[in-house]
Amino acid sequence: MQARANTATALEREIWDWLAEMPDPEIPILTLTDLGIIRFVREADDSVIVGVAPTYSGCPATEVIHTSIVALMRRHGVNAPRIERVLSPPWTTDWISDAGRQKLSAYGIAPPAESVGSKRAVLGQEPTIACPRCTGTNTQKVSEFGSTPCKASYKCGDCLEPFEYFKCI
Amino acid sequence: MDRAERLSTYVLRLADNSLILAQRLGEWVGHAPALEEEMALANFALDHMGQARMLFSLAADIEDKDRTEDDLAFLRDSIDFHNVLLVEQPNGHFGQTIARQFLFDSFYQYQLEALSASEEPRLAEIAVKARKENHYHLRHTRQWLVRLGDGTSESHRRMQTAVDDLWRFTGELFSRDAVDEWAAAAGVGPDPATLVSRWDAYVDDALAEATLTRPNSGWMASGGKEGRHTEHHGFILADMQFLQRAYPDAQW
Repeated sequence: MQARANTATALEREIWDWLAEMPDPEIPILTLTDLGIIRFVREADDSVIVGVAPTYSGCPATEVIHTSIVALMRRHGVNAPRIERVLSPPWTTDWISDAGRQKLSAYGIAPPAESVGSKRAVLGQEPTIACPRCTGTNTQKVSEFGSTPCKASYKCGDCLEPFEYFKCI
Repeated sequence: MDRAERLSTYVLRLADNSLILAQRLGEWVGHAPALEEEMALANFALDHMGQARMLFSLAADIEDKDRTEDDLAFLRDSIDFHNVLLVEQPNGHFGQTIARQFLFDSFYQYQLEALSASEEPRLAEIAVKARKENHYHLRHTRQWLVRLGDGTSESHRRMQTAVDDLWRFTGELFSRDAVDEWAAAAGVGPDPATLVSRWDAYVDDALAEATLTRPNSGWMASGGKEGRHTEHHGFILADMQFLQRAYPDAQW
């Protein structure tokens, strides 16, 4: 889904590779490209601009991410790196890559269960969330909110473990 | 007023609603009745704060008076704040906070839907983002409205009183002055009157599900949009702005 155009310059492609290694500060198992928040990398006259979409309006990680991207580019000797906030189209969980979903699951966080535009999501009905530890579906929502704005809290009735769910929004 | 003044005022009103509500919700941190609800209210606060920041940046950009988002949040006095009176009302008990949040979020949802189609693209993209977040909040507050309203006789009594007490602040949500009329004519934002029927239907449905009675719409309080606030507003600012007032330009 990300705009990693074929026409990218060598430097732009290199920066994409760096960003693909850079962990998200709150869910470090995901990289910034797994999360799907990098919208473009563009060499301009004397600088490089990275377009970043915020996940949630108030997500405290946003600033950390911006600062880290700039620091990363500086470390690699990129001249005058800049961040541009991209609000449109808005980030949704649909932007998380397939690799990212698998990593979340392996890490113990249930990935978003369905597409944001699906009929059930639009009607606000609850999808069945499989436990990321035992894959059981006898799970129950404990809270619609969790340790970060992007997660809800669940528990599994099969293995009895609590787990987090990356909510679909 | 020229276009920039009107537009920045319009955006500032939206920003102030979000900021003051975020500040109120943040007061719950460390005091909520259950950990899960504390996280929920803190998450609401965070989303509103994020929306406020985007809106303040936009307003600052439009007014072009060399003020930053921080200046707008921390260096204006009560009379220069344009939030509606509803959002500044005290948290009270958990049911009162839920009533305030439900009445505001339900209005805000329709307002954001209309703003998503704003002729001002920068406002539209913020609204599209905020709308998803608000939808999630509204689902949660409605569930609590129903759970408490249709709960025990005591929770029902408290929830009904909370809705009754806050009802007089709902009229202002749909009030209209010269700035709103300009925004509607310019395609920047909705004519608030066009949101009333859908809000009425939604709220009636939720109240019925919660076995609550819709209060009579008698006299309605207003003035927040013009800077005439209830006594609570000054206390919010005293708390929120203390640091910047006591230590000007302090940085984190």
